[in-house]
Amino acid sequence: MDTASSPATTEARQLALWLGRVAELRDRAAFAQLFGHFAPRLKGYLIRLGCEPGVAEELVQDVMLTVWRRADSFDAAQAGAATWIYTIARNRRIDRLRSERYPTIDPTDPLLVPDEAENADQGIETAEREHSLRSAIKRLPKEQAELLHMAFFEDRPHGAIAAATKLPLGTVKSRIRLALARLRKELGPDGSA
Amino acid sequence: MGVPDMPQFHLSEDDLLDYAAGRFAQPFAVLIASHLTLCPACRRSVARFEALGGLAVEAAPPAELDPGSFEAVVARLDEPEPAQTLPPATGELSRLPAPLRALVGAAPAWKKIMRGLDEAEIGDGRAGVRARLMRIAPGCAMPRHTHGGREMLIVLDGGYSDEIGTYDIGDVAVAGADVVHRPVADAREGCLCFAVSDARLKLTGPIGRVLNLFIRY
Repeated sequence: MDTASSPATTEARQLALWLGRVAELRDRAAFAQLFGHFAPRLKGYLIRLGCEPGVAEELVQDVMLTVWRRADSFDAAQAGAATWIYTIARNRRIDRLRSERYPTIDPTDPLLVPDEAENADQGIETAEREHSLRSAIKRLPKEQAELLHMAFFEDRPHGAIAAATKLPLGTVKSRIRLALARLRKELGPDGSA
Repeated sequence: MGVPDMPQFHLSEDDLLDYAAGRFAQPFAVLIASHLTLCPACRRSVARFEALGGLAVEAAPPAELDPGSFEAVVARLDEPEPAQTLPPATGELSRLPAPLRALVGAAPAWKKIMRGLDEAEIGDGRAGVRARLMRIAPGCAMPRHTHGGREMLIVLDGGYSDEIGTYDIGDVAVAGADVVHRPVADAREGCLCFAVSDARLKLTGPIGRVLNLFIRY
């Protein structure tokens, strides 16, 4: 049975701690740990999305350098380490593929409208929230989980999924929508995963 | 200006998922990031989708790194970081959320399109995606029009009303060829907005049809 102190949650907590040490202490040993954990996974992830291994390697190095430089913008209350690093990898990959910059929201933007619901949510740790997301995905009906996986984990547009699964496009879209609705329901109305 | 109201018109979950997955061309993504800056609810949705991305990275089969990969990164840790400076926000540019300000730059090239409407083209229009800032004078009505492809628009200051509703700061309107409307800018403040489209607008009124011939709208 999954509990909040599962190995995955403990690991997520540890990764966030290392990231915190990189931000606050410029701790190179902590950075080495993060590199050891994330760099091979990032490379595998990028190759799965269709990057040439050489390009994936360059991107990984670039992402990890950005992790070092931007560690102070990581907010453990907002996202897990893997999620934060995912957004960096997503942006770097796009910047590289299309030579344009994918935007990032600036948390110090004077126009940023603060999230009042965030305080209500503060009792729940990010690692726990990501843990519940992980288990919620596991509980999805198989056909929904598969489509979500293709849409997100393999970055296939809905049209390509329809072609691969021989399902009508409308069915693909509605199943993905169902999966998302179900995740949202399991995770509470504020979507705090 | 006081406490900002929460936007009333949002992006669809599909669009937010595609944003989180990185599937939008830059001008659309910038428009969405601007809405996210102003809308905590959509920000939470995107955070949830990005957490899916985090899981995807965690679940990926680790690939072997090049020899010396770690050392190559460590050797660069002390390199000075390329400066990332945003142009100073003055005047109406201070109404632009940071992602949009970064795209627009310090001096958008405003042009008078017609009475009551100024526009500044943003970016290079690559891949057929056209982005522009629009400034509509208070109370001014735009010619009735529809959209050849997909258009997204975000209100940055003031607001406007059309057949669908009243759009205030942060609200997003997504229109396709099925929407024909005649927006009227707020009577007091006018409207500053950012619009992105992947095809030209078509004016539909009798005068509009003639204007189509003259205006690269």
